[in-house]
Amino acid sequence: MSFDAAALRAQFPIFAEKINGRPLHYLDNGATAQMPQSVIDAVSFHESHARANVLRGVHTLAERATEAYEGARASVASFLNVPETEIVFTSGCTAAINLVAYSYGSLLRPGDEILLSALEHHSNIVPWQLLAERAGLAIKVLPVTDDGRIDVAALPRLVTERTRLIALAHASNVTGAVLDVAAVVAAAEAVGARVLLDGAQRIPQGPLDLAALGVDFYVFSGHKAYGPNGIGVLWARGEILDAMPPFLGGGSMIGRVDFSGTTYAVPPRRFEAGTPPIAQAVGLGAAVGFMADLDWSGVEAHEMVLTQRLMDGLGTLGARIVGPRGLQGRVPVVSFVLDRLHPHDLAQILDQHGVAIRGGHHCAQPLMERFDLPGTARASIAPYNDADDIDALLEGVEDAKKRLA
Amino acid sequence: MSDDLYQQAIVELARDASHAGVLEPAAAKSQRDNPLCGDRISLTANFAADGTLSEIRHKTRGCLLCEAGAALVASQATGIDAAKARQAGAAMRGWLRGEAVQGLFVGAEAFAPVRSKKSRHDCVTLAFDALAGLFETRS
Repeated sequence: MSFDAAALRAQFPIFAEKINGRPLHYLDNGATAQMPQSVIDAVSFHESHARANVLRGVHTLAERATEAYEGARASVASFLNVPETEIVFTSGCTAAINLVAYSYGSLLRPGDEILLSALEHHSNIVPWQLLAERAGLAIKVLPVTDDGRIDVAALPRLVTERTRLIALAHASNVTGAVLDVAAVVAAAEAVGARVLLDGAQRIPQGPLDLAALGVDFYVFSGHKAYGPNGIGVLWARGEILDAMPPFLGGGSMIGRVDFSGTTYAVPPRRFEAGTPPIAQAVGLGAAVGFMADLDWSGVEAHEMVLTQRLMDGLGTLGARIVGPRGLQGRVPVVSFVLDRLHPHDLAQILDQHGVAIRGGHHCAQPLMERFDLPGTARASIAPYNDADDIDALLEGVEDAKKRLA
Repeated sequence: MSDDLYQQAIVELARDASHAGVLEPAAAKSQRDNPLCGDRISLTANFAADGTLSEIRHKTRGCLLCEAGAALVASQATGIDAAKARQAGAAMRGWLRGEAVQGLFVGAEAFAPVRSKKSRHDCVTLAFDALAGLFETRS
């Protein structure tokens, strides 16, 4: 295998689009990555030839649907190197964290502590706040370094005998910094705490060996990983899932329903109440298949060349990078700010150049507070991006500066 | 074209500092945040004996449209009462949606390019929400 960005780009029909008469330069992959034709085809094929409910009917379409749905689970499990029975499909990353907060959280006791960080996405803050209010738990917060990393040096100070869970972003959706997972796992093991990683920004960077990583929970969304919207994954160690009570009740998640007492299915079905997002799961299965076939060392080299080109160009234009300045320990997500140029105004002008980025607080308001910023502009790079995308962004920034700064 | 959003009239409005700042003392303070982007407008005001606004200032941390909206509100709100404040907000929201309205603040037409950008309507109307809040917080 070798990596060819142009050939990869050709697999994505979205790039035939013109935006305001210009080629599409899509650099908002951290919000939603585009889908290759293979994923679009998988979803379309399923809806055209196998649309039915799963795990219920015995007719041919139901069999096809069940096979496709469980096949997607197997593909995801293979991508993460874990057993299929440990993969729970959810509607997204947020839903997966809420599931853990509600279900695993019900096993915690008043006074127990949950450790988060100041750079978490709101979806890895608010569910824990709701749980803390409900169950009398305490939330502690790891600080963030000046270059936008979770400060693992603060772990000894903040991890205590009451810490039950450490829930952190594997990679920041704002700064792009990748977590020192080993340091977190070591600190958690010392007190018997569990570790949950929000992998929304890490999963698009390739396969993982979750067992080797040493964590207990892992969550991510399909739409950031070249898959459809409305699908996400919760992985947890089998013994933890076994001990967790149901989150949502309904069809499919039961053993037997009786007014004298209902029993529940074994995981993962215990946590998949009702009709699941079947076509979306099939699409995610195709997406991880697409990712599994990529040459990831080639992808990383390509993305880091683009990241360096971007940061160098932004530096020349007077932008300040909010996050690591180097290429070590980061994903290709780059946040930046410019004097007298609000990120939303910049993003709007960039749209005229065919460039799609994200401007705002990125659902990370505590991190914005940490850096005393209303928001940042964020460019997030995917394997199908190229130097033209970066140069179009830099030209757009220059134009915006002339007009508004 | 989208960059008409940044036509001279809006840019000049956003850069207009004539009603920027904070009144001390102030009979009412109102602060509104846009939860989607984090932009924030803080208004301070005093009132005449008949309940109308006698003076108003805005402190804004936001995008250019948010700043321009705050400047428009602060420049036009003197002399209005609570009912007219609510009417102005409803008129602005309706006008941005493309409806025929009455009670639009003078100068609001500068925001015409925003009408086709639904995701930016709240940038403009945040100041109107803060204006209505002034009458609710009046001491």
